[in-house]
Amino acid sequence: MKDFAGTATLVRLALRRDRVLLPVWIVVFVAMAAGSAQASIDLYPDVASRVSAASTTNSSPALVSLYGRIFDPTSLGEVSLFKLTAFGALLVALLAAMLVVRHTRTEEEAGRLELLSAGVLGRYAVVTAALIVSGGMVIVLGLLTSLSLIGVGLGVSGSLAFGLVWITAGLAFAGVGAVTAQLTEGARAANGLTAVVLGVSYVLRALGDSAASDGPRWISWLSPIGWSQQIRAYAGDRFWVALLPLALMVILVAAAYRLLSRRDIGAGLLRARPGPATASRWLRSPLALAWRLHRGSLYAWGFGFLLLGFIVGNIASNVEGFVTSDSARKMVEKLGGVEGITDAFLSTEMGMLGLIASAFGIQAALRLRSEETSLRAEPLLATGITRSRWLASHVLMALFGTSVLVLVGGLGSGISSGASLGNMNRQLPRMLAAALVQLPAIWLVTALVVILFGLAPKLVTATWALFATFLLLGQFGPLFNLPDSVMNISP
Amino acid sequence: MTSAIVSSGLHKSFGSTHALDGLDLDVATGEVHGFLGPNGAGKSTTIRVLLGLLKADAGEVSLLDGDPWRDAAQLHKRLAYVPGDVNLWPNLSGGEVIDLLGRLRGGLDPKKRDDLLQRFDLDPTKKGRAYSKGNRQKVALVAALASDVELLILDEPTSGLDPLMEEVFRQCIEEERHRDRTVLLSSHILSEVEALCDRVSIIRRGKVVESGTLAGLRHLTRTSIQAELSAAPMGLDRLPGVHGLDVEGNRVRCEVDTAQLDGLMKELSEAGIKSLVAQPPTLEELFLRHYEDDGVALEAASR
Repeated sequence: MKDFAGTATLVRLALRRDRVLLPVWIVVFVAMAAGSAQASIDLYPDVASRVSAASTTNSSPALVSLYGRIFDPTSLGEVSLFKLTAFGALLVALLAAMLVVRHTRTEEEAGRLELLSAGVLGRYAVVTAALIVSGGMVIVLGLLTSLSLIGVGLGVSGSLAFGLVWITAGLAFAGVGAVTAQLTEGARAANGLTAVVLGVSYVLRALGDSAASDGPRWISWLSPIGWSQQIRAYAGDRFWVALLPLALMVILVAAAYRLLSRRDIGAGLLRARPGPATASRWLRSPLALAWRLHRGSLYAWGFGFLLLGFIVGNIASNVEGFVTSDSARKMVEKLGGVEGITDAFLSTEMGMLGLIASAFGIQAALRLRSEETSLRAEPLLATGITRSRWLASHVLMALFGTSVLVLVGGLGSGISSGASLGNMNRQLPRMLAAALVQLPAIWLVTALVVILFGLAPKLVTATWALFATFLLLGQFGPLFNLPDSVMNISP
Repeated sequence: MTSAIVSSGLHKSFGSTHALDGLDLDVATGEVHGFLGPNGAGKSTTIRVLLGLLKADAGEVSLLDGDPWRDAAQLHKRLAYVPGDVNLWPNLSGGEVIDLLGRLRGGLDPKKRDDLLQRFDLDPTKKGRAYSKGNRQKVALVAALASDVELLILDEPTSGLDPLMEEVFRQCIEEERHRDRTVLLSSHILSEVEALCDRVSIIRRGKVVESGTLAGLRHLTRTSIQAELSAAPMGLDRLPGVHGLDVEGNRVRCEVDTAQLDGLMKELSEAGIKSLVAQPPTLEELFLRHYEDDGVALEAASR
């Protein structure tokens, strides 16, 4: 037990530090679920309306790959909440993992952990406390979500199963966070690694779900997010599936403990290599420094976008296969044929790509603030560099980076959809164009960050809240019947 | 004598705190000027105003005959700055940071860079996140000292350095003095200032309360005297300027205002001096005198 000494104190410390953050996140998620359910209940009063909505969804590859399949078209709960099942689980998982990293590797990197470790603190106390806080938050979040869904009027068993979907995804990825926090020396790298695992999980689920009925649907079962989804809340409530992500969590936590007991404080298992003794010749301007600081994350994002583009483009070729029923086929043909539906799918996905790219823009522009608060900007500004040149260097990187991402995403989807549809000459330039039209909106979001940085630097991280609002407006605005004027605010 | 830095009546407030409250500072060209004060006295704020990182609310400031706020970038090419709290980019090596800062300042002397790396025993291949506090400080010091500039602004540059490295730092500053560079050295390490500085300014609560050469400042303070006499002295307590008198038989301990030393000596030699120890005031005493009514500062300074 001495390995766990001090855990309780650390839990209290973490709760004290996050006393605003945690309740806010919990409320956001609970409100999102309850609000979405309430709106849908009013929207689909009878079985017939639900079945028609569900079959439309299930025959749309864009929706199926993004949110997953509706297993029971008659289920009120599932039709109401399918958009939040896997997608919500993704967000909860991200939150849970980052919370663990925040209370482990971030503390260690900042050197604060060393101060604590000199006190009576067991070897495993820090990771355990982070897992308790993160797991506890996920469980409270899930239970409150279940309660609010029951309160809205959905079935008790299904509502509990839905809460479990989120809880299991969150717990499994809290485990992922605990492992990545042991692997890297930096918190950013740990978060990046977590995001990669999460992204791969989601993409696997998307691939499996959007496969034709005789295709490789089992791929979804390779993904922890897929497992949570397969609990099938409101459509069978298979509570036993929850054992899979829970088992994964146990394995990951055990792995994290093993890794932890083998390494020094401050070190990661992926050791940092020594750097060059002198700077290369081009490192002689603020812009060169900004490139140096952003390039790592840009490479990673670029690779992700290329992959995402390929997958999106590839799914596009299956779109035809989705339109199985005769009536649906007729409807689709009326609407502009299979080609039309493929295009609609691709343009939806490009919008999604654009939204994700704007996250890079925000992150890159926020670097300005973190450079300032960490006092790294000061020695630079004490050289022959004007403030505006320094500002411009990071802003340019944000604009350049998002352009590259969008281009790469368009290129990937253009090549793969062109190859699978067999009309490369037409598809590639069209996809590139579809990707590039996202840029003005992305740059607008970046510009908002920069303006906020100038006017009220303390509030600048609030841009993420803005980003979340745009995301939710884009995803759920139509569901809530928000007036167009509200919808149009979102780039 | 020209001045590298002149400021008069500087005011700067952050909300309700007055960090600078009419600060006057004069640093002559070519001198090593000590800038003394406890934590929170306004040293770093002054330096940030001098660098044009902060804009003073009121008052005049001129640095190398320019306005640090308006001409920041041009002036910065002629000076080098070492912050008290050095933070490095976690994924850049120390060598890269040194080169980058040097180039942004308009170039640095590669020979001197290598020489300094060796003297400070610094490994330039380590990444920023791997350096200890002292080593991060060394990175900033090497970058500043290897640059060919007229003015060095150093904000508590030896914090985190071990005594051996502090000695290297002192030698480097001595060399800078011989090259006629101007150095503004902010510090609360009195021995360092005493060893290096031609003149000092003592800052307290945003104001310079004392400024001048060490010898000049000493004149304003007390010398401590310990004497063993042939006979018990008489009437010492009536002498002007004698403080803390402690007579034990033939032994005398006291402090005397340096200006009144002569009178005390006459009395003592009347009684016949067997042994005498006279200690000039240390900078520490000088410093403490300005903070006597400031309990917190006193504690901070005596540590």
